[in-house]
Amino acid sequence: MTRVYVPKDSTAVSLGADEVAAAFAQQGIEVIRTGSRGLFWLEPLVEVDTPAGRCGYGPVGAADVGGLIAAGMSDGGAHPLAIGLVEEHPYLKSQQRLTFRHIGIIDPASLTDYLAHGGYAGLRNALSMTGAAIVQAVADSGLRGRGGAAFPTGIKWKTVLDQPVTQKYVTCNADEGDSGTFADRLVMEGDPFTLIEGMTIAGVAVGATQGFIYCRVEYPESIAALRTAIAAAKSAGYLGESVCGSGKRFELDVRVAAGAYICGEETSMLQSLEGKRGEVRVRPPLPAIEGLFGKPTIVNNVMSLAAVPLILEKGPTYYRDFGMGRSRGTIALQLAGNLKRGGLVERAFGVTLREILYDYGGGSASGRPIKAVQVGGPLGAYLPESQFDTPLDYEAFAAVGALVGHGGIVAFDDTADMAALARYAFEFCAYESCGKCTPCRIGSTRGAHVIDNLLAGHEPERQKVLLGELCETLIHGSLCGLGGMTPFPVQSAMKHFPDEFEPRSQH
Amino acid sequence: MTSVEPTAESQAVAAAIARHGHEPGPLIVVLHAVQDALGYIPEQAVRQIADGLNLSRAEVFGVVTFYHYFRTHKPGARTVQICRAEACQARGCQSLERHAREKLGIDYHETTADGSTSLEMVFCMGNCATGPAVRIDGRLYSHVTPERFDALLAHQENAL
Repeated sequence: MTRVYVPKDSTAVSLGADEVAAAFAQQGIEVIRTGSRGLFWLEPLVEVDTPAGRCGYGPVGAADVGGLIAAGMSDGGAHPLAIGLVEEHPYLKSQQRLTFRHIGIIDPASLTDYLAHGGYAGLRNALSMTGAAIVQAVADSGLRGRGGAAFPTGIKWKTVLDQPVTQKYVTCNADEGDSGTFADRLVMEGDPFTLIEGMTIAGVAVGATQGFIYCRVEYPESIAALRTAIAAAKSAGYLGESVCGSGKRFELDVRVAAGAYICGEETSMLQSLEGKRGEVRVRPPLPAIEGLFGKPTIVNNVMSLAAVPLILEKGPTYYRDFGMGRSRGTIALQLAGNLKRGGLVERAFGVTLREILYDYGGGSASGRPIKAVQVGGPLGAYLPESQFDTPLDYEAFAAVGALVGHGGIVAFDDTADMAALARYAFEFCAYESCGKCTPCRIGSTRGAHVIDNLLAGHEPERQKVLLGELCETLIHGSLCGLGGMTPFPVQSAMKHFPDEFEPRSQH
Repeated sequence: MTSVEPTAESQAVAAAIARHGHEPGPLIVVLHAVQDALGYIPEQAVRQIADGLNLSRAEVFGVVTFYHYFRTHKPGARTVQICRAEACQARGCQSLERHAREKLGIDYHETTADGSTSLEMVFCMGNCATGPAVRIDGRLYSHVTPERFDALLAHQENAL
């Protein structure tokens, strides 16, 4: 046996992948560090090339390494940890991996590997097109912003393209702060060149010469992977004064965030990139017209930008043919919280929440019934079992008062305390509020107090009315989504689990 | 005005300004460089950064205090970060939080009296399928039960 693949992804490392890699290296075996396939219950998942394809073993501990070699893993030999051909695994085989097509397969630090897997084909096509044609291709693909707002990406780009200004920017919002989300992280750690290529295409399309990736400080492994890849792309001429000799300039830098959830909001992120407090700006003007340093700026999420290379490589129709209704292409769903098989599922829009929770997730990790699921991060609604047949589609979720957001799915079993979770939503909002608008700054703290009073039995019916009014004030009176959406988890918990919002006996 | 002998701290701050001061919107980049070097942003550094970047001290102070990540006090020898977000709550992080605070005898944003350990809360480290998640001195761990937490701390102490 000459070579094994061991993920360097941070979840895999948190489960012991570094020790496993070291144990193989000690046996004289070449180890390639990859991203994670996103089958987290099998991490560390070790793969080996066989004539039939890559075979997998997991979860592997360092102590298993000797046994795996003795079992003949180089030929896919039988072993209690064997999962067979990785790509035939039902969890992967049923997915439609477009954005994640390289992840877990390639070495994210190797430009050569990226090129060998078809990397930069999208940029090469883009360089032969006009800016307007690139923007049209993105518009025709039906791609909508994957950060949560679902705004058509092509329209945003066209606005920037149409500004008669020489200095423009492309910024990538990699401040993936929603609990239960890790798709951006998997891309940045597992396939950073795809994001870099997507940003380069955006820059070439709209005439921007500088890009910034605003990455969470909580993701040190992503920051390191991005910097390694940017340096490689630069020295090979894929970034810099003349991208691939085209005469078009595009520079790219990583900026490290500093632990403020609000900076995932686009105007707050721009403030932060300018070195200021991350306070939300009033819109208009839109960032596409007056963004970073007052210049026209594309602000896109990691997943939106990472979808672009494939669209330019295979054409907009290829991407648009996936999905349902007005939700085109694929969405990266992140299975998190109390699930047996947590991980990353990339599917065309239209898959139901129930399929995700049970066919992929395997039900709860605790073995107890799944009681509620929060979709779309801390500002997303809690869905009860009666809504599990809702298809993952922006409009279908909006119709039941929920949101798809960034695709994070956090499952709770029947031990979850819904009133405590509603209170937490307010507490989180209070901690993360930028303080600029009153409903968010003060309403969040008041909301937690009102729930305390309700549960303590101080005029509970009055508190419920007050809570309802407070939620409406936040929704209609806040400047941005933090204050405007914090009521969603609260109201949905109250609506679907009313019995839990009653006074509790004091101990 | 009296001239002050440059300290190791002021030299680190000067180096951060020299290295990053020319970048567009440099303040947060400089603050990161200072905290990377010193572990926190000393009060003295605020004045020095304001002078170096031609900003008011109020502007620098306002930014330092806006962001949860920047610290204004010297941290312990090691920093323990516990994720408090929903996905880790769904895996029982509340009991880990209680345990950690009792075990260390401190609350969040505090440092043990012997200066060995600082405790910080974070909202999500992107490790949401294998919670509760904890980071100790930059190293991420999954499935951290109270028992595992004790073992990790003890293991670290032995390794020191």
